[in-house]
Amino acid sequence: MVGELEFEKPLIELRKKISELKEFTKTADVDLSAEIEKLEARLEKLENETYANLTPWDRVQIARHPSRPTTLDYIQRLFTNFFECHGDRLFGDDEAIVGGIAKYDGLPVTVIGHQRGKDTKENIRRNFGMPHPEGYRKALRLMKQAEKFHRPIICFIDTKGAYPGKAAEERGQSEAIARNLFEMAGLTVPIVCIVIGEGGSGGALALGVGNHIHMLENSTYSVISPEGAAAILWKDASLARRAAETMKITAPDLKALGVIDEIIPEVRGGAHRNVDEQAKAIDHVLKQSLKELLALDGNALVEQRYQKFKQMGKFTVSRDYLGIK
Amino acid sequence: MLKELFTKKKKYASIPSEQMKQDVPEGIMTKCPKCKKIMYTKELVKNLRVCISCHYHHPMPSRERIASLLDEGSFREYDAEMISENPLQFPDYLEKLEADRRKSNLNEAVVTGEGTLNGHPLVIAVMDSAFRMGSMGSVVGEKITRAVEKARELGVPFLIFTASGGARMQEGVLSLMQMAKTSAALKLFSDEGGLIISVMTHPTTGGVSASFASLGDYNFAEPGALIGFAGRRVIEQTVREELPEDFQTAEFLLKHGQLDAVIHRHELKETLTNVLDIHQARGDGGWWEN
Repeated sequence: MVGELEFEKPLIELRKKISELKEFTKTADVDLSAEIEKLEARLEKLENETYANLTPWDRVQIARHPSRPTTLDYIQRLFTNFFECHGDRLFGDDEAIVGGIAKYDGLPVTVIGHQRGKDTKENIRRNFGMPHPEGYRKALRLMKQAEKFHRPIICFIDTKGAYPGKAAEERGQSEAIARNLFEMAGLTVPIVCIVIGEGGSGGALALGVGNHIHMLENSTYSVISPEGAAAILWKDASLARRAAETMKITAPDLKALGVIDEIIPEVRGGAHRNVDEQAKAIDHVLKQSLKELLALDGNALVEQRYQKFKQMGKFTVSRDYLGIK
Repeated sequence: MLKELFTKKKKYASIPSEQMKQDVPEGIMTKCPKCKKIMYTKELVKNLRVCISCHYHHPMPSRERIASLLDEGSFREYDAEMISENPLQFPDYLEKLEADRRKSNLNEAVVTGEGTLNGHPLVIAVMDSAFRMGSMGSVVGEKITRAVEKARELGVPFLIFTASGGARMQEGVLSLMQMAKTSAALKLFSDEGGLIISVMTHPTTGGVSASFASLGDYNFAEPGALIGFAGRRVIEQTVREELPEDFQTAEFLLKHGQLDAVIHRHELKETLTNVLDIHQARGDGGWWEN
């Protein structure tokens, strides 16, 4: 298996040992089947324990796995007739975001998502999935088009964040993100958002103002990367593991905080182990969401979305009045 | 003897040492960080905290901002008693909040309320960088959202002054979601014809610049204010190229089409009054009857 992760090392070693023993029995004249059986049982147990007790940092590693399925991997498996649309009609085409029209079980939809590359060459073309303003403006153009033709919108979220660069600032990165938040709030068609990898800050949220928000089990969604948080909090980016825990960025955390609707279970060991199976799990939840949302009219959808975000946040009332006298 | 007068020693003796620079008595005197002029704080406050020598715009506390713009006695504060919780059980967060409450005499990083500006009724929100760098957590998001809802209910303009380092890290993803919440409230208000005026003051960055600060029908900024999405250092590390001196200043944004105008603090009230006048003037003068 390619791209094993740090926490999987004990499993790898055990697996190696078992295959070594198996090889050995083939050539040598000894029966080790009892031994092998024992080890296989131990592997099974260890696998269960490891994958059932993933730490936030383990999940960060899975979310960042180089072969983790991307937006286009899921589009290919979940939709038919996908036609990609390019450009924001203002400046250019940002390949860090893909979007277009497709059919979902016969239903016309608009699909948009952040798009990482699978290798260095593609990553350079797609700017590692970190959009510029034109990417967000393309997304908004496609969302407005979806509204015009009464198509539901499905957004896949998978970015480290909006690109921090000179050109991005010059062209209004802030305004582009703000405009998407603003306009998405008023769209009269269903919007379903699914975090499939990393959900990095405002750059993720700019595709995230949905009626339903779901997260894959091992994806993350946060205001700042664990490394960034550690650098600011403890002046030490190497404390990212601790920051990943403190910042509460995993799917179960976000569910508990009332930010997301469903946690979409992942294939054991992570979505990259079986993309087809993972797509099926997404399909199941997406279908439920759309069924529910298609029953609502435009006004009800706007109201539901507004109420959803309105309840996010925790505050209380102080007894000591300190306001302006 | 005469020679001594011309020695180098004399030259640097007149330059105050680092120690002396910090010894300016706090409160009574204030030193301008830009031109280094030391002036009476009273004089500075009276000048709306604009440096009397170089016009550098010092941060303006929310109270002074409101007093400088609204008609006397017209301000009524909303939600003054709302304070933060610690949703992530973040270490030391509550203590930090308490310390800032004492230091700033504010409950949170934004003050909201209603009042009149030269007779124009409006809802106003003023962020205050003295409290947690003006960062946006649940309370800031909720207070701004409620203020926008109030403007919608009253049918009056919404005026916001931003000053913020961005989303508040200690409330994690809940801080991030306040960007969507406030923007959604503005969208519903805007769709009913509500007027939104945003005035960005130093600094307006991160999640605040990427939400309500940029969503005005009119986006203004004070001279020299730092405004941007990503931090300068982050960008420098990412792109490894020299950034222009005025990068992410109000003037830089104006040049790149991101602002309607950069307005000197002394001219702000007049400008706002003019914009409010024009918006209210619809139907006046018999245009629509003829």
